[in-house]
Amino acid sequence: MGKSVSIQSIEAYKIDSAESLVLLRETLLADQNKTVKLVNVCCGSGCMSSGSEQVREAFISGIKGLELEDEIKVKKTGCHGFCERGPIVVVGPENIFYQHVTKEDVPEIISETLLEDRVVKRLLYEDPVTGQKCFHENDIPFYKKQKRIVLKNCGNIDPTSIEDYIKVDGFQAFAKILSQMAPEGVIEEIKLSGLRGRGGAGFPTGIKWETARNVSSEEKYIICNGDEGDPGAFMDRSVMEGDPYSVIEGMMIAGYAIGASQGIIYVRAEYPLAVHHLSTAIARATDMGLLGHNIMGRGFDFVIKVVKGAGAFVCGEETALIASIEGKSGRPKPKPPFPAIQGLWGKPTVINNVETLANVSRIILNGHEWYSQIGTATDKGTKIFSLVGKVRNVGLVEVEMGTTLREIIFDIGGGIQGGKDFKAVQTGGPSGGCIPEELLDLPVGYESLAKAGSIIGSGGMLVMDEDTCIVNIARYFLDFARNESCGQCTPCRLGTKQMFNILQDITRGKGRPGDIEILLELSDAVKQGSLCGLGMTVPNPVLSTIRYFRKEYEEHILEGRCRALVCRALIFYRIKDYRCKACMKCLHACPVDAIVGAKWQVHEIDQSKCIKCGTCMEVCPKRFNAVECVTGKIENSGDKGE
Amino acid sequence: MNKVSLNINGITVKADKGATILKAAQDAGIYIPTLCHCPDVSSIGVCRLCLVRIKNRRRFEPACRTIIEEGMVVVTDDPEIQRLRQVILELILSDHDFNCLLCPKSGQCRLQELVNRIGFNEHRFSRLEHVAKDLPIDTSNPFFDFNPNKCVQCTICVRTCHEITGNDAIDMAYRSYDLRVSTFADKPIKESVCVSCGECMERCPVGALIPKKVEHPTREVKTTCPYCGVGCGLYLGIRGNTIVRARGDDESPVNHGGLCVRGRFGYSFVNSPDRLSIPLMRAYDEYAKPSSVVEVTEEGRPITLPLVKRDGKFVEITWDQAIKYVASSLAHYKGDKIAAISSARCTNEENYLFQKFTRVVLKTNNIDHCARL
Repeated sequence: MGKSVSIQSIEAYKIDSAESLVLLRETLLADQNKTVKLVNVCCGSGCMSSGSEQVREAFISGIKGLELEDEIKVKKTGCHGFCERGPIVVVGPENIFYQHVTKEDVPEIISETLLEDRVVKRLLYEDPVTGQKCFHENDIPFYKKQKRIVLKNCGNIDPTSIEDYIKVDGFQAFAKILSQMAPEGVIEEIKLSGLRGRGGAGFPTGIKWETARNVSSEEKYIICNGDEGDPGAFMDRSVMEGDPYSVIEGMMIAGYAIGASQGIIYVRAEYPLAVHHLSTAIARATDMGLLGHNIMGRGFDFVIKVVKGAGAFVCGEETALIASIEGKSGRPKPKPPFPAIQGLWGKPTVINNVETLANVSRIILNGHEWYSQIGTATDKGTKIFSLVGKVRNVGLVEVEMGTTLREIIFDIGGGIQGGKDFKAVQTGGPSGGCIPEELLDLPVGYESLAKAGSIIGSGGMLVMDEDTCIVNIARYFLDFARNESCGQCTPCRLGTKQMFNILQDITRGKGRPGDIEILLELSDAVKQGSLCGLGMTVPNPVLSTIRYFRKEYEEHILEGRCRALVCRALIFYRIKDYRCKACMKCLHACPVDAIVGAKWQVHEIDQSKCIKCGTCMEVCPKRFNAVECVTGKIENSGDKGE
Repeated sequence: MNKVSLNINGITVKADKGATILKAAQDAGIYIPTLCHCPDVSSIGVCRLCLVRIKNRRRFEPACRTIIEEGMVVVTDDPEIQRLRQVILELILSDHDFNCLLCPKSGQCRLQELVNRIGFNEHRFSRLEHVAKDLPIDTSNPFFDFNPNKCVQCTICVRTCHEITGNDAIDMAYRSYDLRVSTFADKPIKESVCVSCGECMERCPVGALIPKKVEHPTREVKTTCPYCGVGCGLYLGIRGNTIVRARGDDESPVNHGGLCVRGRFGYSFVNSPDRLSIPLMRAYDEYAKPSSVVEVTEEGRPITLPLVKRDGKFVEITWDQAIKYVASSLAHYKGDKIAAISSARCTNEENYLFQKFTRVVLKTNNIDHCARL
């Protein structure tokens, strides 16, 4: 082997030792300096749906037109996390952060920024509070409070390019353990780092690995759980799409540690881009000799394949996931035996979440001391949350454990949309609970959230404002739970259904006194009696909303009022006779002719006909503002109906 | 040797190593309610009624699956467990078409037993939505019906079909509230690969899988199945003078309680008016010269005596005459003049005797069997 690698031969380059990896990295880095300018176009699913693919094409054709292909390179990167502002384009070498870029903006960016080094100010992010323009990613408040360890590469590298990954220290951790560490040493390192599973339950990763390591078996498996099913959560998708090699490297390290030679990535079929990027990454790594037989000449064999899920939420549960891979219907099995002892095909199997595995290479490379400094005494490292709902900055945020909810929602998330009041935040998806305003200073961590009746879960964070009806939210999550229950154990199959019925009755104005107590009793039975993690946690939205918003339940049941004006059966529209100018607008717009009146005659809504669609309120001219939506018993309506 | 001692409800119990809490408790005479547990098949712990409290465990554990450990402290019943079981039972009842008066399973129903043992909170139960599923009853199988509205999703039938019969005709299909027992592609049972052995029906704890005709026997007779040479042990349930059911003999070393479709359902021939229980003799045969014959005059009467055919009709003769006739006929043939073939419906012993008779008495090796294909 020669001392330097020529760039032409990278396609056929084989990494057969730790030295050859270092050599390749140095060559690539040396080559990188030659490229003057880089245009990073975010091609994560969020930006793609807002048209980043067209933006990228516009850049390529624009640059081609100027014949500057050698000086300006257009790169497709993974998600930046700030999906609210997509499509996002970062233009080097200054790394100017442009947001909401459309293909019409591309010629301007090329002529101004790329050719003249001037900034296109209107595409910069503007701080809503100070009104200041932010030039770089790190100036934006959304990124300032974040600590990006797992998402470090997302948005900076081309996820389909192994060269890009190698340039940012890719596979260095793997080379390090292969040449310097025994499997037990790797496990010890992970144990000392305090890394806990990021999939929801928070089981210490090192202990899981050790259990599987200590079982003697001719075959063992590493499974990466990419079956991200929580509504509103998309951090695993972003990592798989934006940085697939770090997941693969994590699996290789885990495989080395427990003595497995096969890895399986179980991804939702709804994530085609993730499947594509992972498959490409696996193929490239195999070509380079990083996967396969006798990797780096150290006698370690490891192969990875991708299995697509069929869309059941419960397949995120370890045993159901294994059943699904085995070709059976995805239903959990009782534990013990735990998968680490008897998992896929009856062999010891370690199942780790995508985010957990993406942490591994960082820990190995920087040491457990570095990692255990991040976070709090009990919860180490960072956690990615997908901040969604009524928050201003929707997107993915990675914060240190122990950051308070207030910091995440108000400092990073920028507060509530439209200047409304904050009401609650639901963490952990359907398995989590709603946390009210008074607990906003709670530091996020496994135990602290559990104490508040919620969980970190996979990291969904749904922010609700004052216009959200809390009973309706509980009903929504129970609807999800009852449909996604696998149905095999009684409390979960029938309990969630009965709970949903009661909640639905409450939102339809048919609540009866005593409903809350029955909900609590049923929740308790489902929580304690269910077989798997799904049943154990799905009553959380109900329990936590009753715990913190009992008053609102009582209003629904006893007073027939929905203060958020969401539950249709409990609201009605009426026309303020002193404001109505009898313009006939609403009268004509009403789809069911429920409005009586005439020219010069103040209008009135016939409540017996009204279907509460709210059209009258929408069409009533703002200066009149004569239609109002009220909750409570129908009073003083012109027609008494029945 | 290999005994584990544990504490159940304050009583020290010794049980075999590897036994479940349920087994240990049952052997010690302690009751733990179960619905999806069936001792013949593996436990999956889905009904959640056998949950017990184990000291130093975070959650309740299903007694039917939890293996005992030395020094384990188990509580099978306390107010919290009681309430949990009641809620679960109420949930099952809310989903069950419980018209017990008209249910043939009434009296032998596990759900009834559980209601009696656990009880339920009437107030809470009345607040649950009682849903009549109203799914169609599968009556396609000629021997038993499947009523999904009474099914409690215990999966005993599925496990039986998989583990005992090895046929896999049924499995649990769909999910969440729609979970139900189904055949491949949800076809009627008759069109599936079901062999109608009825093992599932035998184990169904409720009235979801019931025989077409249910009559309760007043006494049982132990016997051997007459259908084939296997010789399965059988208990025939008798009501009056009629066989109304058959069940496998659990203690029989041959079948360990299992039966196939013939043994379990094929007994109606015994009382059939068309039944022919004896060999026939032809009147034109010169050896047949019965001294006294009684001609059959009444049609449809079960034949209880050997018959002889005379002038196109069969005539009753006695067994002695018939045997004498067969013996005297066989006396004319020896060696290659004769070949013998025996029946699969004979027992092993009978078949053995027959081949011995053929070889030693008839002096020929021309002996074969109808099942030799």
